[in-house]
Amino acid sequence: MNHASLEQNDDLITLNMGPHHPSTHGVLRLVIQTDGEMVRTCKPEIGYLHRSIEKIGENLEWYQFVPYTDRVDYVCSMNSNLAYALGVEALLNTKPETAVEIPLRAECIRVLFAELNRISSHLVSVGAAAMDMGAYTPFLHGVTQREFINDILEKTCGARLTYNYICIGGVMRDLHAGAEAEIRAFLDQLEPAMHSFNALISTNTIFRGRFAGVGVIDREMAIAYGMVGPNLRGAGVDWDLRRDRPYGLYPKLKFEVPVGKAYAGSKGVVGDCYDRYIVRLLEIVESIKLCRQVLDMMPPPAEKADDPIGGHRVDVTKKLRTPPKGGLYTRVENPRGETGYYIVSDGTKMPYRMKIRTGSFTSMTIFETLVPGMMVSDVVAFIGSLDIVLPEVDR
Amino acid sequence: MNNAELFSALLVVYPDLSCETADTGEILWVVPAERLVDVACTLREDEAFAFDSLMCLSGLDLSKYPTAEKGVFVGDLLACVYHLHSFTHGHEAAIKVVVPKNETASIPSVEAVWPVAGWFEREILDLYGIDFPGNHDRTRLMMPKDWVGHPLRKDYEYPQTYGGWDLKRDGQTFTSGPYA
Repeated sequence: MNHASLEQNDDLITLNMGPHHPSTHGVLRLVIQTDGEMVRTCKPEIGYLHRSIEKIGENLEWYQFVPYTDRVDYVCSMNSNLAYALGVEALLNTKPETAVEIPLRAECIRVLFAELNRISSHLVSVGAAAMDMGAYTPFLHGVTQREFINDILEKTCGARLTYNYICIGGVMRDLHAGAEAEIRAFLDQLEPAMHSFNALISTNTIFRGRFAGVGVIDREMAIAYGMVGPNLRGAGVDWDLRRDRPYGLYPKLKFEVPVGKAYAGSKGVVGDCYDRYIVRLLEIVESIKLCRQVLDMMPPPAEKADDPIGGHRVDVTKKLRTPPKGGLYTRVENPRGETGYYIVSDGTKMPYRMKIRTGSFTSMTIFETLVPGMMVSDVVAFIGSLDIVLPEVDR
Repeated sequence: MNNAELFSALLVVYPDLSCETADTGEILWVVPAERLVDVACTLREDEAFAFDSLMCLSGLDLSKYPTAEKGVFVGDLLACVYHLHSFTHGHEAAIKVVVPKNETASIPSVEAVWPVAGWFEREILDLYGIDFPGNHDRTRLMMPKDWVGHPLRKDYEYPQTYGGWDLKRDGQTFTSGPYA
């Protein structure tokens, strides 16, 4: 589209959405040109939260970088920790002399906490999506449940959001006493709570009207623009790294992968905002199933930390002094989709290059193409349904 | 097809490509910058490859990589690594493009082939100073538009001032301003 010719058109108004706008879920600035209520051009401006985490990663030792991964995506920091730990472990596993074997109990705790964190991330996402559409109560239902998860994770990790818990070689410390019973009790009350959440908002006529058929990303577009995670599955692509490129404990677990099917009924289109929203809701239900399966197979804690079954961590500090040379790209399914770490090692105690590919960053690329033609109010719905976390975009 | 079969199928079309294997087992297909768009179109359009997704596009500054070792990353070079994935066939591959490290480093844009590359390339343009002719918007993405230098280059020096503010860093001394 020719921007210069549009600027000469007096009817267009340039509007700054953000950087401080409640519906952008962070510091995102959208420069949009509107023709009445219709958006003609959209130019996202990012970088307000750029901390150059990739450069910091090049100047820290391998294990020192874990707290920074929390800050890449603070809504699901447990998953960010996991993505980094799996990336470095995959790098170490390419040579037999540096191979790492994670104790079974640590693998169980990792998946358990990653799924709990996925639930809390999706709760914030669906709650905030409803809040953007003017329904405040569902958000409170979402964050109430999230508080329970934060409480459980705080008792084990000591932090409520930035956990710094999953480390290279296992997890930082074992579960706190009574954690398993607490998590089971929480899951038992979460399941009916999700049903009431669903009944409260998903069938709401206004909410459905705002989301159905809006912001449609079809299959080809979703793949071409690098949509990942629920945004990709909402577009009807049956792809989940936990099932299709399994890592950790996931090959032993059974779960369904929800895919967008025009859930909104007659007005719905596959890949609209409503599909993405419903896919997240269904993923919460799947995560509950996963947590229960993990709790069933979790071995009892061992006396020694590095016990191969009941331990929570193996010592990798010596192996991290001389990791294998070269690059390795590993990807992990996070709540916001594929998080890839392209780690290049030069065989020293610090990484040579650490590229973090995040789901929110690639989700942003579609704005310039898809937003023109939408109503201004639909842009808000679109941002809410994509579930963008800005520190993950800017890094 | 596995990676070796895919590469030999690509060699039939482009006989001058080479292939590097790192100690970690990562296989990189080395494509000259001037052939990149042709190769990318083939990989995207040819049904045998059908690489419909660009998973990741990473910039690299190879100038400080230890050259004495046998390795794939050698020389005073900048590089881009394209990680590709095919939803049709489920296979993956990685392409490496290297260019000399200087102020006019340039790699043709593959935005027309994989639209997601647009922002990846802008990020690399910003942080590594590689130009991408063909990209619809060749401006900085992360840093302020008037920033000087490319932060992810290995020889980058943090600026002492920006916009009238003194930026103090460990080990740096200031020649002007209140901290001098």
